[in-house]
Amino acid sequence: MKASVKPNMSVRKTFDAELAELSASLIRMGSEAAGAIDNAIRAFDSHDLQLAGAVIQGDRRVDDMEREIERHCLTLLLRQQPVARDLRIISTALKMITDIERIGDAAADIAEITRHISGEIPELLVLIDSMAAEARSMVSDAVDAFVASDMEKAEKVILRDDIVDGAFNSVKGKMVEVLRRDSSLVDVAIDYLMIAKYLERLGDHAVNICEWTEFYKTGVHQTGR
Amino acid sequence: MENIITSQDLKLYYGNFEALKGITVELAEREITALIGPSGCGKSTFLKTLNRMNDLVPGVRVEGQVLYHGQDIFAPEVDVTQLRKNVGMVFQKPNPFPMSIYDNIAYGPRLHGTHSKAELNDLVERSLRGASLWEEVRDRLKKSALGLSGGQQQRLCIARALAVQPDVLLMDEPTSALDPASTIRIEELMAELKKNYTVVIVTHNMQQAARISDKCAFFLLGEMVEIGPTEQIFSMPRDKRTEDYITGRFG
Repeated sequence: MKASVKPNMSVRKTFDAELAELSASLIRMGSEAAGAIDNAIRAFDSHDLQLAGAVIQGDRRVDDMEREIERHCLTLLLRQQPVARDLRIISTALKMITDIERIGDAAADIAEITRHISGEIPELLVLIDSMAAEARSMVSDAVDAFVASDMEKAEKVILRDDIVDGAFNSVKGKMVEVLRRDSSLVDVAIDYLMIAKYLERLGDHAVNICEWTEFYKTGVHQTGR
Repeated sequence: MENIITSQDLKLYYGNFEALKGITVELAEREITALIGPSGCGKSTFLKTLNRMNDLVPGVRVEGQVLYHGQDIFAPEVDVTQLRKNVGMVFQKPNPFPMSIYDNIAYGPRLHGTHSKAELNDLVERSLRGASLWEEVRDRLKKSALGLSGGQQQRLCIARALAVQPDVLLMDEPTSALDPASTIRIEELMAELKKNYTVVIVTHNMQQAARISDKCAFFLLGEMVEIGPTEQIFSMPRDKRTEDYITGRFG
């Protein structure tokens, strides 16, 4: 190769460092949101109002991270006019942060409900707990799959969405049963239903994260297959 | 879409140096194909082979085939002047002849036997319109072409190529000597030309290739590493060497 065609390595290295920083901040944001979900579920389970308050407060951190990553992506698009893998990681980041931010929102919403919920329906709580465990691990596995570019893990998370959807339907079914028996539980039931819906949405966001991880690796998004 | 030019295992030697190492590619009609790759990769050599411009280089030897509308362009019965009329070329640096704007355009048609004043007037206007230059020069057709700006000169050269009614236009870095505004005008012109012509362009400007071309071919060390739809080449190239080149990772 003629020397004249070699690009300025320091320019490319700077860009690589920026992309590494972008991945690192995505991972930080993902961990922050996954942690928020953990805490929100813990606060709900143990009715820990202080922890619920902290989750609500902490949502601002996730929002700030989203804006920061977005700004970083736009700067890179402007300055580097990325193509190929570079373009894919930046567009993946731009799409992924929306899902991660919504995960943070869901955590804050669950925490908000936890603060004012009054009463308990044990037979529903069992179902919601197992749904929460599944959704929570889907979120953290989705973040892990992205971090490790692990396509197998991403594919597994995508398949697990049916489990969460099924669990949501079980909660609904059980709820109808419970309320037919004792309609005085309706207030608590509505709160549970909201939480179950947030958990179901968590599964969807985890799936989206995995689909964008696949896009980053393969250039093909699941919806385009 | 029909293939207008097909090259089959095309090899080209400058003396002992193998500049093209067996290029096989099909160029579809009315598409813009961009040839990209580092300097010395063979993309300009390939471009110039398509209308036998390389015949002019001493010591050149060609093996394999280039078919234009199914006809081997290296066959002994081929009239090279006719070939270059059909497969026109625009160069990196605008090279208007030192004569009037009108005569620059009329030069080729006269050479090919058109002498009727009315016919020439019509050809000159149509060619200048085709190159989006008519409105700017209609009042000074008899003035020297050398008085035009660089961007106008390049459009004049495109008009000159169009005047002999080609169906393929080869462009060798046509905007590399132009400012951004003139570059955009040429790019807009190419999109317009695509309706009637097949365009093959060599460019070092990746963004330009991404903006204007339908297909993109990456050349390296005399080989064509890959060709594909431009969107695919710039989003998900198949070959790692393509990826390394377009992302500036070559080292």
